Amino acid sequence: MSATNSSAAPLSAETHPLTYRLGTEPLLDIKAYEALDGYAAVRKALKEMAPADVTQLVKDSNLRGRGGAGFPAGVKWSLVPMGPDAPKEKYLVCNADEMEPGTFKDRLLMEQLPHQLIEAMIVVGYALQASHGYIFLRGEYVVAYKRLNDALAQARTAGYLGDNILGTGWNYDVNVHSGAGRYICGEETALINSLEGRRANPRAKPPFPQIAGLWGKPTVVNNVETLSNIPHIILRGADWFKGLSQGKSPDSGTKLYGISGCAKRTGVWELPIGTTGRELLYEYGGGMADGYELKCWLPGGASTDFLLPEHLDLAMDYDTIMKNGSRMGTGLITVIDDKQNIISVVRNLEQFFARESCGWCTPCRDGLPWTVKLLQAIERGEGAEGDIEILEQLTRQLGPGKTFCAHAPGAMEPLQSALKFFRGEFERGIAKELATQTVTG
Amino acid sequence: MSTADMTTSVISSDRPRFELHPDDRAAIEHDITHYADSRAASIDALKVVQKRHGWVPDGAIYAIGEVLKIPASDVEGVATFYNLIFRQPVGRHVITICDSIGCFLTGYEETLAAIKQRLGIELGETTPDNRFTLLPICCLGACDKGPVLMIDDDTHGNVGIADVDKLLEQYA
Repeated sequence: MSATNSSAAPLSAETHPLTYRLGTEPLLDIKAYEALDGYAAVRKALKEMAPADVTQLVKDSNLRGRGGAGFPAGVKWSLVPMGPDAPKEKYLVCNADEMEPGTFKDRLLMEQLPHQLIEAMIVVGYALQASHGYIFLRGEYVVAYKRLNDALAQARTAGYLGDNILGTGWNYDVNVHSGAGRYICGEETALINSLEGRRANPRAKPPFPQIAGLWGKPTVVNNVETLSNIPHIILRGADWFKGLSQGKSPDSGTKLYGISGCAKRTGVWELPIGTTGRELLYEYGGGMADGYELKCWLPGGASTDFLLPEHLDLAMDYDTIMKNGSRMGTGLITVIDDKQNIISVVRNLEQFFARESCGWCTPCRDGLPWTVKLLQAIERGEGAEGDIEILEQLTRQLGPGKTFCAHAPGAMEPLQSALKFFRGEFERGIAKELATQTVTG
Repeated sequence: MSTADMTTSVISSDRPRFELHPDDRAAIEHDITHYADSRAASIDALKVVQKRHGWVPDGAIYAIGEVLKIPASDVEGVATFYNLIFRQPVGRHVITICDSIGCFLTGYEETLAAIKQRLGIELGETTPDNRFTLLPICCLGACDKGPVLMIDDDTHGNVGIADVDKLLEQYA
């Protein structure tokens, strides 16, 4: 299956750094990639910049994590110990475990432009003076696995990886680690456990991975899209990157936005960060499919709160969406139409989270299946009096600070917003006549 | 959910006979070189064995433990955690159908019902002729083409009811 940038117009490096090189065919050959400024950022960074300069530049660019959390990448790197007293082993890990329901952007970058990610991993590895890099790729992405490995072999032959890269005295290589399933692997510390060959349970923080991560060594974990921006920031600078948002947002850069669900056109587009949901859905998605109205939308994956049609004019950036009760998350919107029963939609989302809980801590392991059970009853019109109140309690008991990681709090986001916006639909699922009967589990 | 769980196993007290294929042993030993600690190759090793046998037999758990120099119970802990490692035999072809939100909205339930009917099996089951095992999977990262499923390593998008028969015919 091929995936291409869904825009028809020719794109320029100035405005669409992540996707301008995409054509009808994937760009897999290193010579073809080099002919389009490929690996120029590696040469520039390694020959003209000190590692600390690279980190400072990315800090200045205000590139924020594209995996969903929005943490500034350069700040993350600056916590890594540097200098002669720093541990000899340091690791860069690319989080390529794209599994957030509704998200399909990193697949495109890796299948179509594997060299861009590898180039980024070299530049960032240099900034951290890392000893090794890993791309933690979800097991199902078999095409990306092959293309990344082929591209890595080419990069080794070209001397961009290996010993004494470009005469700098720095030794570094990158391997692809193919996973074996489980959404929780996308959680930074669970990913590190998985990469160490353990069950993917999250770790307590602190210590943060930048201090003690993979095999106890300083480790940076960055998302595919986050990393893919780096070579362009090296070549064109922080001010250029800040300008990419075209005044639509105080955030910097472009963003891979996308649409799935009930729109006329679905796909991925690289747009200025801060583009509104309305522009995305109507200009790029062509609006709702014929005969359907917009009921609500998830701004960036299953673990983000629902937004309503009235929120379509919000800038899709981290702070704006946050201030309005949700999160931008991955920025790929899920469009839900008026024919959908919100209880069924939420039940589907919570079934996903219940199945994917790693089982490490009780609120998540027990609370999520309970949530599903309550929703299934309400969906059948067999909810009991008090079920809505129990669901509301669960949103708090599984909320931030109650669990080891963000899995359960993420699961509660669509539930709490559905309860807020569509309470009537929940109430219609409560069977009054059952309230006084004994309900057996 | 439990019906679809292919990862569950019970290790018997007697160690079952299992000989790691020399090529597989070499592949695992090569994978170990990618990491600072041999344990990290446990998922790679399980995949190597599964590629040859279709699943991971009990004896392989011990054999992998020996190559990686970690306890068999640790290998089993990993094997039973990850849904793409099969600790029970599966059919010649494994169908994994996405049941997450993008495919829910585009009607995966109808596609799944058609597959179940065509094969006469439920999620988590294998056809009597051992041709297909049917499993659910979370979002496959192709939500713009829902409903999405994989058969072995192939990803198929926009799979409606009408496409099911023709699609299954491609896998003998």
